[in-house]
Amino acid sequence: MQAKKRYLTLFSAGACLILLFCFGGIQVPLSRKGPSRRDDRSLTGYHPGARWRRFSASLQPFSPWEHDQSDSHNEHISPRQKRDAISGVYTGKRCRMESCFDFSLCQRNGFKVYVYPQQKGEKMSESYQNILSSIEGSMLYTPDPGQACLFVLSLDTLDRDQLSPQYVHNLKAKVQSLHLWNGGKNHIIFNLYSGTWPDYTEDLGFDIGLAMLAKASISTENFRPNFDVSIPLFSKDHPRTGGERGYLKHNTIPPYRKYMLVFKGKRYLTGIGSDTRNALYHVHNSEDVVLLTTCKHGKDWQKHKDARCDKDNAEYDKYDYREMLYNSTFCLVPRGRRLGSFRFLEALQAACVPVMLSNGWELPFSEIIDWNTAAVIGDERLLLQIPSTVRSIHQDKILSLRHQTQFLWEAYFNSVEKIVLTTLEIIQDRVLQHTSRSNLMWNSLPGGLFTLPQYSTYLGDFPFYYAKLGVKPYTKFTAIVHVVSPLVSQSQPVMKLLVVVAKSQYCAQVIVVWNCDKPLPAKHRWPVTSVPVIVIEGESKVISSRFLPYDTIPTDAVLSLDEDTVLSTTEVDFAFTVWQSFPDRIVGYPARSHFWDSNKERWGYTSKWTNEYSMVLTGAAIYHKYYHYLYTTYLPASLKTMVDQMSNCEDILMNFLVSSVSKLPPIKVTQKKQYKETMMGQSSRASRWADPDHFAQRQTCMNKFASWFGTMPLVHSQMRLDPVLFKDQVSILRKKYRDIERL
Amino acid sequence: MYASGKYSSRGPALIPRMKTKHRIYYITLFSVVLLGLIATGMFQFWPHSIESAADWTLDKRSVHDAPLVRLPVSSPIPERGDLSCRMHTCFDVYRCGYNPKNRIKVYIYPLQKFVDELGVPISSTGLSREYNDLLSAISDSNFYTDDVTRACLFIPSIDVLNQNSLRIRETAQALTMLPRWDKGMNHLLFNMLPGGPPDYNTALDVPRDRALLAGGGFSTWTYRQGYDVSIPVYSPLSADVELPERQPGPRHYFILSSQTAIHREYRAELERLKEENGEALLLLDKCSNLSQGVASARKRCYKGQVYDYPQILQESSFCVVLRGARLGQAALSDVLQAGCVPVILADSYILPFSEVLDWKRASVVIPEEKLSEMYTILKSIPHRQVEEMQRQARWFWEAYFSSMKAIGLTTLQIINDRIYPYAARTYEQWNNPPVVKWSSVNSPLFLPLIPPRAPGFTAVVLTYDRVESLFRVITEISKVPSLAKLLVVWNNQNKSPPEGEKKFKCPECTAIDGLSLDQTHMVERSECINKFASVFGTMPLKVVEHRADPVLYKDDFPEKLKSFPNIGSL
Repeated sequence: MQAKKRYLTLFSAGACLILLFCFGGIQVPLSRKGPSRRDDRSLTGYHPGARWRRFSASLQPFSPWEHDQSDSHNEHISPRQKRDAISGVYTGKRCRMESCFDFSLCQRNGFKVYVYPQQKGEKMSESYQNILSSIEGSMLYTPDPGQACLFVLSLDTLDRDQLSPQYVHNLKAKVQSLHLWNGGKNHIIFNLYSGTWPDYTEDLGFDIGLAMLAKASISTENFRPNFDVSIPLFSKDHPRTGGERGYLKHNTIPPYRKYMLVFKGKRYLTGIGSDTRNALYHVHNSEDVVLLTTCKHGKDWQKHKDARCDKDNAEYDKYDYREMLYNSTFCLVPRGRRLGSFRFLEALQAACVPVMLSNGWELPFSEIIDWNTAAVIGDERLLLQIPSTVRSIHQDKILSLRHQTQFLWEAYFNSVEKIVLTTLEIIQDRVLQHTSRSNLMWNSLPGGLFTLPQYSTYLGDFPFYYAKLGVKPYTKFTAIVHVVSPLVSQSQPVMKLLVVVAKSQYCAQVIVVWNCDKPLPAKHRWPVTSVPVIVIEGESKVISSRFLPYDTIPTDAVLSLDEDTVLSTTEVDFAFTVWQSFPDRIVGYPARSHFWDSNKERWGYTSKWTNEYSMVLTGAAIYHKYYHYLYTTYLPASLKTMVDQMSNCEDILMNFLVSSVSKLPPIKVTQKKQYKETMMGQSSRASRWADPDHFAQRQTCMNKFASWFGTMPLVHSQMRLDPVLFKDQVSILRKKYRDIERL
Repeated sequence: MYASGKYSSRGPALIPRMKTKHRIYYITLFSVVLLGLIATGMFQFWPHSIESAADWTLDKRSVHDAPLVRLPVSSPIPERGDLSCRMHTCFDVYRCGYNPKNRIKVYIYPLQKFVDELGVPISSTGLSREYNDLLSAISDSNFYTDDVTRACLFIPSIDVLNQNSLRIRETAQALTMLPRWDKGMNHLLFNMLPGGPPDYNTALDVPRDRALLAGGGFSTWTYRQGYDVSIPVYSPLSADVELPERQPGPRHYFILSSQTAIHREYRAELERLKEENGEALLLLDKCSNLSQGVASARKRCYKGQVYDYPQILQESSFCVVLRGARLGQAALSDVLQAGCVPVILADSYILPFSEVLDWKRASVVIPEEKLSEMYTILKSIPHRQVEEMQRQARWFWEAYFSSMKAIGLTTLQIINDRIYPYAARTYEQWNNPPVVKWSSVNSPLFLPLIPPRAPGFTAVVLTYDRVESLFRVITEISKVPSLAKLLVVWNNQNKSPPEGEKKFKCPECTAIDGLSLDQTHMVERSECINKFASVFGTMPLKVVEHRADPVLYKDDFPEKLKSFPNIGSL
C-alpha cells in the first residue's frame, strides 16, 4: 500500500510538472539549452523579461548634421517654378487648395461669394433655392463677379440620382457654357445625393473640373482633404433660417434614459450597404437595446424577403420612432445605401448621442468639428462590441457628449443657412489661413459662426474663453457716451455723468461719440478728468455709430451710456465687478421685457416694472467690446439702416444679438431709484420717450428683429444682482457699496 | 522541486484510501486528460515555433550579434503603398479586440541584420541611436507586449528613419521577410527623412504594402488622413542642449531666420525684408570661417558675427521655419524648444501630429508666396496672443517633440485614439499646458440650460439629532409650491430617526445652536479649507461681491405684485 501510494504521489507530481511546463508557468533551465525550437518559442513568448532592450553600444545618429547641407542639392529648382508646377499636376481627385484654387481672386476684396443669376425655365428644388438665398443674405455675398473669390452655380446640383424627379439633365453642357466657369476654378458645388441603384457611386454625372464639392455622404476615399467640404444630409423640410432648438431642456443625473441604444429603419437585404443593418438583430435585446428593421419598402420587397423579415416587421411595428428617439441615451446611425443618413441629424437634435456605424464616411464638417466630443464613432466590423462599448462610457462623458450634440446642432446644423454659412466659413478659414479660427473656436460655445477671427485670432480677446484659458478679462473699462444734444451749460447731465464715470477706479478712458448736429464744442468746455476723454465725431451721425468697434477702446469692457443717464461712481464700480463674473453678457441698469401678444400674434415690448426682464438697455450697461464688432459686421445692413433711420431700437438690437450668442438673459444690477424715464428732465431724449410713436416703433423693431433671427433669442430672468450686504440689517459702515442704498 | 513537493503532499489527500481497482481507473483517467492537455498545448504553440527560428534570444544584446538574414535576390517586393488606405480598409481591427483598458498592444520584432546575397547590409547605418531610443521607449511603455499573438500593432526593428541611408529595394524585401508581415497589415514604420535627390518625395519611397507610416515631412498629397501619422523631425539638439524655459513676452528680435539651407530666392526675399525693417530682423547663415573643433551645428553667423545656436532662438519672438528640399525641418523642434513662435512657410506640409494638436495656437502658417508680407502679417498679431503662442510652442516641444520617446508614444497614442475613439484623449488633454489645466474650467455641463419649472426641486436635509429644528425646516419648506420631494438624511448612528409626526423636545438643542460661533469649530473649518486646497493643488473658490435677489427686491413697490415678496424677512 505504501509503495503504491508513493507511486501515485510521484505520478501526480510529475503530471503537474508537465502541465505547468506546458503553459510556461515555470522555467526549467534544461529546456533553454534543449534543441527543441518549440520550447524555445514558448519561453520567449511569455517570459516577462523578454523585452526589447536598449542597446548600450554606441550607435550612429540617424541624421548627421551634414544632411541639412544636402538640401542644397535642390538649389537649381526655383521654388516659384515648383509651385507653378504643382497646379498642373495635382488636379481631379488630387485637387487641393494649393493646386486647384486661385487665391489671388480673394486678395483684393477679401472672401466674397458670387451666385450666378437664375435662368428662366431652369427648375430648382426648394432646398437649393434655400441654399442660394442663404448665401445672398449673408455678409459674404457680392453681386459683382469681378469682386468674387468663390462662385456658386444657379444650376441645381443637389440631387444627382438619375432616377430622381429632381435630376437636372444636360448639366455638363449647361456648366460648360457659363462664361465664368473657368474650368471650375474657385467654384463650389453643393450636392446631397449622387449615384443610384445598384452601386450608388459618388459620381455627379458631369465634369466638375477644378471645383470644390460640398457634398453629403462623401467617403474618405473620394474626399479631398482641405478642399472638399462634407455637409450633412438634410431633408427638404429643413428650415431655411432660425431653426429648431435642441430637445435637451434639463439635465438628468444619472444620465441614463429608458433605452441604452436604439435604431429604427429600413433593412436592405442585399446589395451595397446591407450588411450592417442585416446584422443588427444580433445585438437587439428588446429591453434596453432596441434595434428594429423592416423589410417593407420598395415595390417588390416580398420577392427578396428572408426568413427573419416577418418577425422583424412585427417587432418594428411595436415601437414608436419618436418615443424611442427621445428616451434613449444612444442612437445608432448605421449606413444606408449611402454613407450618411437622416438619422444623424435627428439624433443630434434629440440629444441622443449618435453611435456611428458607417465605415469610411467623412463626417459632416469633419475639418473643423471634433466628433469624438459629440458622438461615438463605431466600426461596422465590431458591431457586436457596440453594446459593451456604450455601456462602458462614463456618466460624465455621456453628459458632456449630450451637451455637445445640442451645441453642435444649434451652432451648425439646425437651418440650411447655418449649414451653408459653415461651409463658406470653412473655406474662408483656408483662404485667410493666418486669420482663421482655432479648433477651440469651432468646438465650444458659441461656435465658429459667432466667433469672427477677423476681430482677433487670440482667444482671450473674446468674451467666451476666459474660463477655458484660465485667464480674466482686463480689469478696466472704457466708457462710451452717446451725445446728441449740444453743450449749453456746465450743469447739463452729461457733464455730471462724465465726472462721475471718470472717477471710477476701473475707468481707463472715456469716449464721447458726438452725434449732435451742432459743431464740436471747444476742448476746454469738457470737464477736467483724471482719465483721457476722447471725442469722436460720427461721420454720418447715425445712432449705430455708438456701437462701432473703435480702435481707441483699449479695454475688453465697454460701459455704454446715454447722455442723460444719471449714475453714481459706486454704481458704476459695482456693475463692473459684476460684469467681470459674466463677461459674455450685458450687465446694467434699465431693464425691459418682451412678451408674446397672442391677440395680435406678435411680439410685444414693455417697460413696466415687472418681476422679470429680458433686456438691459444700453443707456447704462457694461458689455464686452467684441459685441461692438459683431453688431457692426455680423448684423445685416437692412436692420442697421432701419435702426439708423428711426434713431431708435439700437439697444433692443444689441440685446437680441448678445442673447442669440450667449443664449442667456442679460443681468440687471441694483441701482438707486433715480434712474426713471419720468425723472429725465429737459433732455432731448425725454421728448423722444414721450413720443407715442417711439414706443410703437419699438414694438415693430422687436418683430422685425425676431424675423431676421428666425427665432426669438431673448431670454427672461427674474434675478437682480445686489451687493452682498445690500439692505441687510448691519451697520452701513460694513458695506462696501453703501452709496447704492442711500437715497 | 518546491512545486512537486507541494503537490505530492496533496496527492493522497485528493485520492484517499481506495480500492486498487478504483485507483487504477482514476490513474488511467487522469493520464488521458493529461495527455490531452499536452497535445492541446503542442497544437497551440506549434505554428509559432516556425517563426521563432528567426527570434533573437535574450542573451545577445549587442547590435553586432544580431542574427544575420540573407535576402535572396528573388524575394518578393511589397506593393508601393495604397493611397486609399484607411483604418477601416487596411487595418485589421480584430487583432486589437475589445479590452477594458482601451489600450492597443504593440509588438516589436527582435533585431536582425539583413544583408543581400553578396553580404552587403541593406542600410549604411544599421540601427540608429534614435531608433534604438524609440524602440526602447515603446518597450518600456504600457503599449508593449512581447506576445506576438496578442499584438495589435507590429513595429519592425528595421530602421527606416532616414531614407538616405537605405537601399530601397532590399529594405522592402526585408520587410516582407518579417514573419507577421501579411501585406503590411497593422505594421507601423517610422520615417523622419523621406525622399532623396533630386525631387525628394514627401513620403518614404520604400514599398510597404498596407503598413502605416509615421512620417516626418508629409505633404497633403502623400498623407493618408486618418491612417498615417505626421511626426516631427527629431532634432538631436533636444538632448544635447538645455534651454531653460523663458517667461513669455517680447524679445530682442522680432523675426529670426536661422536655417542654413535656404534657397537663394527665399534668402533674397528675406534680405529684402531686413532692408525694410532693419534691426527687428536677424538673418543668420552658416559660418564660413570657424576654427577647428567648433561644432558647426552649434554656431550661426551674420556678417562675421558669431551667434550660439540654438540659444539665439530664445532672443526672438518669431522664428522662420522655411521648407528646404524636404517639408519637415528639424529646426522646427529647436524653435519650439526655445519658446520662439514658429513661422512656418512650407506649402502643403502636414504639420506634426496635426490630427490632435491645434497648431493655430502655437504657430503662424504663411503661404510661401506671401513671404514678402511676413512682417506685416506678424505685426498684426495681438501681443497677448504672441505670449500664448510662445508658451504653447514650448509646451508642444516638452510634451511631443523633446525626445524620441515623446515622439514614439505620441504616435502610438494617436493610433490608439483611432481604435478606441470613445476613450480618446480630449482636445484639452492634448493642447492645454499644465498651467492652463490647473487654472481653467472644463465642466461636462457647459450648456446654458435654463431648466423648466415643472419638475420642481428635491430638498435634501442633513440632520443629526436636532429634531425640533428639523421639523421646523420641514414645515417651512413643504409650503414651497415647486418642492417635488423632501429627503432627510439621518446622520446619527446612535439614535433611530423619529417616526411620523411625533414631536419631542431635545434639551441640548440650544447648546448645539451655538455651534457655529464656537471658536474651535471655525478653526476646524479653516483647516478643512487648507486641506482641500492642497489636495486640489489650487484654490478653486472665487470671491464675488454680488448676491442674487429677485428683480423687485426691497423696491418701493406694492408687495403683493412681487413674485417673491417674503425674501429677506428671516
